[in-house]
Amino acid sequence: MSMLVFLEHHGDELLKGSLGVLSKAVALGSADVAGVVMGFGVRPLAEQAAKCGAVKVYVADDARLEAPLPQPRVDVLARLIREKGIETVLFGNSVLAADVAAGLAARLEAGLNWDLADLVRQDDRFVGKRPALQDSVHVDVGWKSEPRIALFRSGSFDPVETGGSADTEDVTVALEDFSTSARMVDQAHEEGEGPSIEDAAVIVAGGRGLGGPENFTLVEELAKALGGAVGATRAVVDAGWYPYSTQVGQTGKTVSPKLYIACGISGAIQHKVGMQSSGVIVAINKDPNAPIFEFSDLGVVGDVHEVVPKLTELVKARKGS
Amino acid sequence: MKIAVCVKQVPEGNSRIDPGTKRLDRSGAGALNGFDANAVEEALRLRDATGEGEVVLVSLGPAKAQDVLRKTLAMGADRAVHVSDETAGGSDLVATSYALAKALEREGADLILFGQQAADSDGAVLWAAVADRLRLPVVSQAAELTHAGGKLTIKRQTEFGYDLIEAPLPAVVAVSDAINEPRYPSLKGIMGAKSKPQETLSLAELEIEPERAGEPGSRTEVYALSDPPARADSRKIDDDGNAAQAILDFLAEKRLV
Repeated sequence: MSMLVFLEHHGDELLKGSLGVLSKAVALGSADVAGVVMGFGVRPLAEQAAKCGAVKVYVADDARLEAPLPQPRVDVLARLIREKGIETVLFGNSVLAADVAAGLAARLEAGLNWDLADLVRQDDRFVGKRPALQDSVHVDVGWKSEPRIALFRSGSFDPVETGGSADTEDVTVALEDFSTSARMVDQAHEEGEGPSIEDAAVIVAGGRGLGGPENFTLVEELAKALGGAVGATRAVVDAGWYPYSTQVGQTGKTVSPKLYIACGISGAIQHKVGMQSSGVIVAINKDPNAPIFEFSDLGVVGDVHEVVPKLTELVKARKGS
Repeated sequence: MKIAVCVKQVPEGNSRIDPGTKRLDRSGAGALNGFDANAVEEALRLRDATGEGEVVLVSLGPAKAQDVLRKTLAMGADRAVHVSDETAGGSDLVATSYALAKALEREGADLILFGQQAADSDGAVLWAAVADRLRLPVVSQAAELTHAGGKLTIKRQTEFGYDLIEAPLPAVVAVSDAINEPRYPSLKGIMGAKSKPQETLSLAELEIEPERAGEPGSRTEVYALSDPPARADSRKIDDDGNAAQAILDFLAEKRLV
């Protein structure tokens, strides 16, 4: 039962989402879980994967893999999967991972199930758990052949450090011409401070109920006090109050932090699908009929302008004590 | 420049899955996948910037997708190619990308555009599979797209910010819904759409073997459907001036502070 996990990195770190998927693979009981890191100067990343239970890490280290573009990665993976006879390939969702997984599916004529929230073994077969149609129905999906390719929703699994070491093995990097014809001119630089929204354990998000862009400082201050990241709804991003990169929802990021605090957010379906798998959801909204209350653990009917700053002070006081 | 835009008909309003076939129920009214409108808009802008070229809609779907194609032609596209075949129903990514690539191969467009996801299946994967079959470069999540000298410059939005990527034509690009504001069809456009060429092709006409389409051509399957679990013990309080303290106590109880 060989499993391979696509380990995506940014800077010197493997993404938490990738490591979470790796931990999931280990938890499935496979004795043969391998990871693959691809990039330039990425050899040291293997150690991070070993800590989360990979017994083997394939390393594709090549200048042509430095930019986070999908097609060269498809070339490397397709060859590796064929050579090693890998049966199951797992990806944590991202813009890059989705493109790699889909290209690989076509290359290998392999089944790809996406947007999975979980993967289990039932009656000796793998079953993917997929909440669909705005999570109104849960679908059990499977694969008719190998290799199976699974793409998980962001934040489906937390990384679990089990310790240990991994063998590393260099893999051949032979690229197709068309795979290298797209070229990175300028790669995105690190964004500001604080954890990135998809990796954040705590997200404080603001919506139209804040009243104006200047009131986002309330959200930012609470996020800072809790050591979390700031999220925003489609409505306020569209209105230019906050950058698109913070948008949570159907056309933004899908997140599942341990704590999600929604400030002045009504909870439209567009937003709900991006955050409803959060561990604990707290909502503050002055409209008692806001849909957000239907899927909150704690709903507060109140004015965000009063409740949020008070909460920030209380959190600071508690942490200071 | 010849631009092919891949568009999908999705069920209008709330979708449901047919418990019998375990497929999406497509019996009701159809609408253009909203995200595809951004791809159509971008194609029209690119064509109109130079005043030459052609925008072709390419769609795979049931017979009634014709209506959606006509409505989309009304936005200003030049013609439509509709791949429609009963045996294509239930196609997964492998089968869909194969059929679509065959239709696109026949068109030989300089640029192939997609919207950022399918609103019904939440899939955001088709372009990369199609590009691999066509052996063309692919860039997704394009927030800006410019064309000069046979080359595309794309601002790609990822989880880390914006990348700037160049790709030669022909290429496949999936645009984000932040790239533009799609136009509404004008009355003239709606009237004109009726006389625009709409071609319907069967899988056989695209030389697609039946075993590569529909469920036989798919590598994934659906086992079962179930209701999602309800959220346990949710609480709702009115702010009487102490709500902030109540939230803090709640977070402390959950060990979140």
